[in-house]
Amino acid sequence: MNETLQYKTVLIEEVAHWHSACSIDNFPEDGGLCIRYKELQIAVFNFSRRKEWYATQNLCPHRNQMILSRGMIGSEGDTPKVACPFHKNTFSLKNGENLNGNQCALATYPVKVENDMVFVGFAE
Amino acid sequence: MVGYKFCEKLRAKASNEEFEIIVYGEELIPAYDRVHLSEYFLEQSEEKLLMAPKAWYAEQNITLKTGLLITDINRVDKYVITHKGHQESYDTLILATGSRPMVPPIKGVDKKGVFVYRTIEDLDQIIAYAKNIKHGTILGGGLLGLEAGKALLDLNLKAAVVEFAPKLMPRQLDDQGSEMLKRKIEALGIEILLSKNTAQLVGENALAGLTFTDGTHLVTDMLVISCGIIARDELAEKAGLIKGSRGGFAVNDQLQTNDPDIFAIGEAASYQGMIYGLVAPGYDMAEVVANQLIENREKVFSGADMSTKLKLIGVDVGSFGDALGLTEGSIPIAFEDRNTGIYKRINISSDRKKLLGGVLVGDASDYSMLLQICQNNMALPPNPEDLILGARGSGAGANAMTDLPDNAQICSCEDVSKGTLVDAIKKDGVTDLKELRTCTKAGTGCGACSPMVADIFADTMKSLGQTIRKTICAHFDYTRQELLSLLKVKEIKAYNDLLNSHGTGDGCETCKPLVASLLASIWNDQILKQATIQDTNDRFLANIQKGGSYSVVPRIPGGEITPDKLIAIGSVAKKYDLYTKITGGQRIDLFGAKINDLPKIWRALIDAGFESGHAYGKSLRTVKSCVGSTWCRYGLHDSVSYAIEIESRYKGLRSPHKLKGGVSGCRRECAEARGKDFGLIATEIGYNLYVCGNGGTNPQHAQLLAGDVDEKTAIKYLDRFLMFYIRTAEPLNRTAVWLNKLEGGIDYLKEIVVNDSLEIGEELEKDMQALIATYHCEWKEAINNEKMMQTFQHFANDTKDDPSLKFEPMREMKKPANWTS
Repeated sequence: MNETLQYKTVLIEEVAHWHSACSIDNFPEDGGLCIRYKELQIAVFNFSRRKEWYATQNLCPHRNQMILSRGMIGSEGDTPKVACPFHKNTFSLKNGENLNGNQCALATYPVKVENDMVFVGFAE
Repeated sequence: MVGYKFCEKLRAKASNEEFEIIVYGEELIPAYDRVHLSEYFLEQSEEKLLMAPKAWYAEQNITLKTGLLITDINRVDKYVITHKGHQESYDTLILATGSRPMVPPIKGVDKKGVFVYRTIEDLDQIIAYAKNIKHGTILGGGLLGLEAGKALLDLNLKAAVVEFAPKLMPRQLDDQGSEMLKRKIEALGIEILLSKNTAQLVGENALAGLTFTDGTHLVTDMLVISCGIIARDELAEKAGLIKGSRGGFAVNDQLQTNDPDIFAIGEAASYQGMIYGLVAPGYDMAEVVANQLIENREKVFSGADMSTKLKLIGVDVGSFGDALGLTEGSIPIAFEDRNTGIYKRINISSDRKKLLGGVLVGDASDYSMLLQICQNNMALPPNPEDLILGARGSGAGANAMTDLPDNAQICSCEDVSKGTLVDAIKKDGVTDLKELRTCTKAGTGCGACSPMVADIFADTMKSLGQTIRKTICAHFDYTRQELLSLLKVKEIKAYNDLLNSHGTGDGCETCKPLVASLLASIWNDQILKQATIQDTNDRFLANIQKGGSYSVVPRIPGGEITPDKLIAIGSVAKKYDLYTKITGGQRIDLFGAKINDLPKIWRALIDAGFESGHAYGKSLRTVKSCVGSTWCRYGLHDSVSYAIEIESRYKGLRSPHKLKGGVSGCRRECAEARGKDFGLIATEIGYNLYVCGNGGTNPQHAQLLAGDVDEKTAIKYLDRFLMFYIRTAEPLNRTAVWLNKLEGGIDYLKEIVVNDSLEIGEELEKDMQALIATYHCEWKEAINNEKMMQTFQHFANDTKDDPSLKFEPMREMKKPANWTS
């Protein structure tokens, strides 16, 4: 089972379906949660400090572990990032690029907040 | 010592292919540090004093033969003979036979209770004899004698020092310096008797006292003789080697005897009639001979400067150049402070241009700077008195250092010049002080040059524009220490507040856990109140494992547990299908807990009477114990109760890195306390407290902080030690690493913790008390907080477990599946 194949970046113009994840009250400040959508696990991040929302695959490509939502977020220069809890690989929250190593980039997904509900956009 | 140094120096220059080295030593153990011999009284560890362990000789391809005395040299056929009759041939022979103590021919010197002070065997005898007596005397008030005097105090004896001359250290100190030294030593409880010529030693079988030629008498139970040394030159006569006027093998400036294939170095050598009883000239001689052998004949021995700086019984003493002002026209400038107990004297030349020498008693911090000025003929400041009256490091001190020429010898033991140090930093890229010491060896001998090495390091780094301030990351331009102060003083309790007021950007995985640790060490709030700044494990109060499950470790203080509690842990493990294992810290770890199950597992453990074991934090882990006096036939004290007390006291404490302790009930040390950040080993009357031991990649044994202390005092010192570590360590430095970087090492730490030299003891204890008073079990608080508990789910929008979390069976339990490597 090659889990990575299921995760493909979705640009905002490709969104066919906005999936309602949960209320914004569930989210911690400057932290993430994991959302289930069909067979996918998506990490959604509330970067409250920057007033931005991000979503990436929950799967860290380093050892194929579903864990990124539990990682610490921060910034490198201007780039918002998440650090995987296992080995601290850092990934850009904007385009999923592995900032401190050579892992595959994460798939990223658009996020919107409407009426205090958090939505993640999918292409199918 | 000098023999060992020669081997070290030759091997640094030539391999086994070029020179085979065979060493014969009379004593049974390899070369050891006689300079620090008195440390043996505090801790009878031969291995601690060894110049190098036996393994080093094997690694260096040096054949070491101990317990064999060379009794003859056949110079014609070039071989030596041991006392057992074996022969060994040589191409070159180096005599580093040292000296023996001079024993004056006083009547009664053969009585029981009379010892000399040179070998470890001597010390073992002194220690054994001291057990049943009350008073000990040292014969000889020189360097070694005064050290031996302190040793008697350490053995809990009343002590006296008897000196033939009218003053102490007559060759190194002037009258006033000697007088100051005498006063300070007497203040420690050692009686000093000067101008005493011992006529007879009296007593029935064993020694009972000394009678002097002036008719007076001293009652004493033991005499340790330390009145000088006589070179071990017994081989000279039979071998036809010429001796010096005061004994020793006569040598030329290449350290050769009258036989060009035989050299002599150290105390056994006589150069121009002089025997050098200090280590530095001996090392210099070793260097000369090593060079001679590789045909580098440039370096010769030209006598040695007898400058010396040492700490005698806690009193700093320095003597350099023409200390007594014997040079014609020499002008003295002296400063005496009987209040604090300081005496400083410098002798300047009649033209007021040069520093000839000086004496320092009570405060020798200027020693390195003054020695440099003296040895390098540097110009004196317009007001020479500034050299001893000015504050250290400012004005004259700072200028003197940058003005030092590159060839100035900074470290005399290892012959390291200023240029070598600067090059290591500028050309070889050395960026920290410890690395500088390791690669140049400066400061690794007697250590007197350490402050100077540190100054040169700081100065050179500054000149390169390199800051040696270790700021924590790109988001904060502060060191960990500075942040701790900021948080305390400004009463900042939240990471975001700190980032807003003193940081830039949005933080990262380096500064968030670091600040989280500081906040915990200062304010002791429930860490999940700021959950997203916590590191991987702290975030969920458990240890993450492969696959994303967690392991849970309840606290089992001191490793003691009741049958009911064992059953409770077993029941929880069975109910939640957890893999169980006993940890090195004497407790039980439960693996394979799903994040959704963590709160239930904690609740079950809390109901059974357990608390969090903080195995997930940079925090106090465990205090191990041995069986102790309650059950064990050897136990001196109840180590288990004490370990439980200590672990219960410090549970919950967060620190720069994890803390592990141990308490052993006797010398057999079954709790392995010496491998711990803090360890206590029971003695007859209390405990020895050791600190800064670590396991891990670079294991290091703990060092003695205080001996024979009672339980309360040990805890006081622990409070101070732990808070001082928390305050001053760099991020993620364990205590051993921290101690290695601490300027002044264990001695400095003792000053702070035991002697309270910075007068922060009370403050440190108060800080610790505040943390103890606000202790709360993190699990208990978390399970009673609904909001916190909501985060313990894999999915925010589903109660399902993580479908990717899979296990496989192994030996009746389970292990994680599918972790790709």
